[in-house]
Amino acid sequence: MSATQVMPPASPNSSEIPAKRTLTTKPRFSDKVFRGVVTGGGLSSLIILGLILGYLLYQGYSTLHSEGFKFITGSDWHAVIDDNGVFDPKNSHFGLAAMLIGTLVIATIAVCIGVPISVGAAIYLTFYAPNSIKKFMVALIDLMAAFPSILFGLWGFFVLESSGEYWARLLHKYLGFIPFFKMEVPYYSRSPFIAGLVLAIMIIPIVTSISREIFSQTPLDRIQAAYALGATRWAMIRAVAFPYARSGVIGGAMLGLGRAMGETVAVYTVLNIVYQVNWHVLISAGGNVASMILQKFGEASPAEVKALMAAGLILFIVTLIINSLADLIVARAGKSGR
Amino acid sequence: MAENENEPIENERENMDKTEIAPSSLAGIAAGHQPKTPGSNVMGVGLEARGVHAWFGEKHALSNVSLDFWPGTVTALIGPSGCGKSTFIRTLNRMHEFIPTAAMAGEVLLNGEDIYAPGVDVTKIRLKVGMVFQKPNPFPSMTIAENVLAGLKLAQLKSENKDDLLEECLERAGLWSEVKDRLNTYGGALSGGQQQRLCIARSLAVRPQVLLMDEPCSALDPGSTLKIEETISHLSSSVTIIIVTHNMQQAARVSDYTAFFLSAGGPGQMVEVGPTNEIFSRPKDKRTEDYVTGRFG
Repeated sequence: MSATQVMPPASPNSSEIPAKRTLTTKPRFSDKVFRGVVTGGGLSSLIILGLILGYLLYQGYSTLHSEGFKFITGSDWHAVIDDNGVFDPKNSHFGLAAMLIGTLVIATIAVCIGVPISVGAAIYLTFYAPNSIKKFMVALIDLMAAFPSILFGLWGFFVLESSGEYWARLLHKYLGFIPFFKMEVPYYSRSPFIAGLVLAIMIIPIVTSISREIFSQTPLDRIQAAYALGATRWAMIRAVAFPYARSGVIGGAMLGLGRAMGETVAVYTVLNIVYQVNWHVLISAGGNVASMILQKFGEASPAEVKALMAAGLILFIVTLIINSLADLIVARAGKSGR
Repeated sequence: MAENENEPIENERENMDKTEIAPSSLAGIAAGHQPKTPGSNVMGVGLEARGVHAWFGEKHALSNVSLDFWPGTVTALIGPSGCGKSTFIRTLNRMHEFIPTAAMAGEVLLNGEDIYAPGVDVTKIRLKVGMVFQKPNPFPSMTIAENVLAGLKLAQLKSENKDDLLEECLERAGLWSEVKDRLNTYGGALSGGQQQRLCIARSLAVRPQVLLMDEPCSALDPGSTLKIEETISHLSSSVTIIIVTHNMQQAARVSDYTAFFLSAGGPGQMVEVGPTNEIFSRPKDKRTEDYVTGRFG
């Protein structure tokens, strides 16, 4: 219509910078519906998490209020009931330190043993395994991830216990000078070390599967560049695959750590749950927060249940902190190598 | 309609002198480039392909290519996409076998020895026959200096004086003056053309006798392309270079010899090889002529 119309020349004083325009778009109806559905999905997980957190806070508040900071630092757990069967708050003490330390100790053992095995398995599956073996093993590892934890617990109790004891003796004999492996009483069974072994096996599937996924995404052009420079397979993995996968593998390890910290039934089955601070991982005494909650919950008085709720809240927060730290590490490690 | 238009040209062509067929620009570029003759006083080692075939699974991708690469020369491999030239170049340093279903037949002789012979250490072959890829692929986790010296680490080679080697390789790749003040910054921050020259420097650090270049300039702008071509010219005195290119001007500018590959539906074949100026001015085969004059492909 006005095709011949010429744009007016820019005004001579157009050097002044105009205000930034707001960029908008009118979404279609279908887009709005879809956005609503996925937003609902995303929010619901947040809401559920928030409700659990709120409930734990509500139930555990009285204990947290009366115990104060000693709930985390104290390490005795006594729910005293007086002669009339009434809860006696004056003589009762709830301190979580022993179980918190136990949680960290067992989870650390699990990660130290489980992650190297998982990363090795992931590298084998990605860069070495023939296709047929690879498919079979991936299916097997996925199956392992879906195993109920009580089965790991029972297997650990009946089968792993004896060989675990043997390894514990070796550790004590050759590495006994390290404080963690010190033993005063030679009673090795049902120790945090063996619980850590069971948890290590439990976290292998998820860590392997995440690591394998990341290793398999290593850019082909970098792999080829390494090979074209005369690299052996191992040299290529070290120079190219490790830097690329580092942050993802750390992320996978942290997921494993999260699972190890929250694991309840397997620890309850394997470990001799004793309420004391125990750094000596070979000694037959220990526990973690989750297994303690399971142990005490059945017989707990209403007041103690509140204390257990508070314990759950602390576990929740500790796990959250550790996961955030992990995210931080992943973000920093991810800067180079990608 | 296209055929009708082509017909008079075809007739005209038949009447023309062979030497006048090729566009004068290409022939002119190529004519200014006298090929080094074998046996002239050049360093480096030749490479010989003897009856090379290549397959991907059941697909026969390359058929019976025999080609000699004289020491210290630049050979360009040209031809339309899918004609097997990249496949061929990858058989020359055994990168072909990375594709899981890949197979090959024939021999590739380096110093007269078959690189596919049983008992050959393939990593040693790739040290002698280096490769530069289509897409610049520096290691992003390494600095510029580490990138150049990466081959030493990867192949566990010792170097007396790494600083000298670093400077020498970057100098030969034509990159030294641009990066000498930031050797410890990451390679990924360089421009595409600089990254590609970094990759060339990286290949040179392990002192290859042959350098394979698979369309090294196809992702680069003309300025960077020119720099890489200068680099190729400088290198050709000491390294045997084999370059795959879709850019015919480039082939005419940098190469001593040109081989034309073509696939007529079936496996790719080498149609013709000769001194570059002859391929561009007096090709023996009609198909080569059609391709270099831009009438197809």
